[in-house]
Amino acid sequence: MTPNDEPGAVVSDADLPSAAPRLDTGWTIRWIRLSADVLAANRAALNTLDRDIGDGDHGENMDRGFQAILPKLDGLDDETTPGSVLKIVATTLISTVGGAAGPLYGTAFLKAAGAVGTTQSLDATALVALLTAARDGIVLRGKAAEGDKTMVDAWTPAVNAASAAQTAGSPVGAVLLAAADAAAQGAQATEPLVARKGRASYLGERAIGHRDPGSQSTSLLLRAAADVMAQH
Amino acid sequence: MLSVGKFVWAKHPKESVASPSEWLFMKKLINDPKNVVNEAVAGFEVAHADIVRVSHDPVFIVRADAPLRGKVGIVSGGGSGHEPLHGGFVGFGMLDAAVPGPVFTSPTPDPILAATQAVDGGAGVLHIVKNYTGDVLNFETAADLAAAEGIDVRAVIINDDVAVKDSLYTAGRRGVAGTVLVEKITGAAAERGDDLDAVLAVAEKVNSRVRSMGVALTPCVVPHAGEPSFTLADDEIEIGIGIHGEPGRERIKLEPADAIVDRLLGPILDDLPFASGDEALLFVNGMGGTPQIELYIVFRRAAEVLTERGITVTRSLVGNYTTSLEMAGASISVLKLDDELTALWDAPVQTSALRWGR
Repeated sequence: MTPNDEPGAVVSDADLPSAAPRLDTGWTIRWIRLSADVLAANRAALNTLDRDIGDGDHGENMDRGFQAILPKLDGLDDETTPGSVLKIVATTLISTVGGAAGPLYGTAFLKAAGAVGTTQSLDATALVALLTAARDGIVLRGKAAEGDKTMVDAWTPAVNAASAAQTAGSPVGAVLLAAADAAAQGAQATEPLVARKGRASYLGERAIGHRDPGSQSTSLLLRAAADVMAQH
Repeated sequence: MLSVGKFVWAKHPKESVASPSEWLFMKKLINDPKNVVNEAVAGFEVAHADIVRVSHDPVFIVRADAPLRGKVGIVSGGGSGHEPLHGGFVGFGMLDAAVPGPVFTSPTPDPILAATQAVDGGAGVLHIVKNYTGDVLNFETAADLAAAEGIDVRAVIINDDVAVKDSLYTAGRRGVAGTVLVEKITGAAAERGDDLDAVLAVAEKVNSRVRSMGVALTPCVVPHAGEPSFTLADDEIEIGIGIHGEPGRERIKLEPADAIVDRLLGPILDDLPFASGDEALLFVNGMGGTPQIELYIVFRRAAEVLTERGITVTRSLVGNYTTSLEMAGASISVLKLDDELTALWDAPVQTSALRWGR
């Protein structure tokens, strides 16, 4: 790891005890690796959610995409930053996932990579910027609004909760946990909704009672991010 | 599967089709569900080597003489299973390239980008995209990547299906068989040398004047799913079906062909609306499992209704051009013609699925 050359991150991390979590390149890589494991374990469950209101391949597509990332995380050099890892994730998802989820998650990770720049370790401000950019990228690409029963319904509560925690002065770990909790609640809250975007929108009221699969995969990804942080 | 009577999605199809013993119950001429698209494209390449070239990694089909210097390139694509859409329409006077995804699943941006690069003759490229969320997002992403490489890319989103409400509350109308008419007429405009703006304007004009609606008599089986994606009782039909078997307007008991035609044509004619004195192209499309003899019975009644309404059928097309695998059923498309569109429809075309004047 090269020395931290990002002034903001140095200051905030210096205030923390040595045991405090660092959202650095190692964390980013572990986050993506755990995400691949979690998505593989939830492949069938996500397929089932998608079969109820879509075309039944969301788990399949996400699993294929994240498995394709894994070999690219081996043997990264010392120049690697969280942003460059996120960019690898973005380009791999765009080229392997297909369907609607590929461009949406690909754009999310691409915008997130841009938001964190060359930072070596994310402080609370950088984490909120990452989440916000990811969400904005999804909205830009998919043109969905909150309440349309899409992954935006997990991302937007996560961004809002993270932002509130950061504004209140919470450390980066608490900000990430707030985001993961809010995403989980947001995913659950898609169940009573009628879909206004994607293939589920053709079902009208028949979509009611089913959780949006994209909101669920978003919740899984953010939970993995928080779990990895808690392990270190 | 759940019960009949209401439109029901498959509830517990197999998670995967690992061994032949698990999927051989599907009566399909396939070797392995995983290889369906690759093997079909390989056969297409050999059969039509005079018209097309095929890239296998990434997969796309391109005109044998592409890129044509100074000509606008026309690229379409989407999930496989709708053949001859789109590969069958690659050739002189129609598409420059087609990008087939997995069965009923959009291709990723990489092959779309590669196809776009392969047909760019310096005059820009038009993407013809059916309005399905996956197709739209993957083509948009590919267009962004192509633009970053200096290629001028525009897109037309086809949404001719009147069965779906076009509102803020759905993903919008779907692109169905009217896509064939857009590809033929737009391809002719590009072939005669129109610039990118003019080609895009022709594509949008056709899309704005064509309306379609379909009916399913039986479901279809996606090879990698192994089971029908929905069920219909022996005496039931689904009015307003999409080209992947998505639900339409209503499920009713089977009726005589003329009554079904009237159910499809009413919403089509009222939507534009078509008026007495109009000239029209009438297109009866088979969904894959319905024989020509039935399609002509449908055409006969549809032409009769148009005549009753004072609409003159001056051009026609009947056959399996936008299919849903082996689904039985048909769709009707009506395109309001004018002198320009008629001339472009009549212009020479040489593809594996449409060929005249050359």
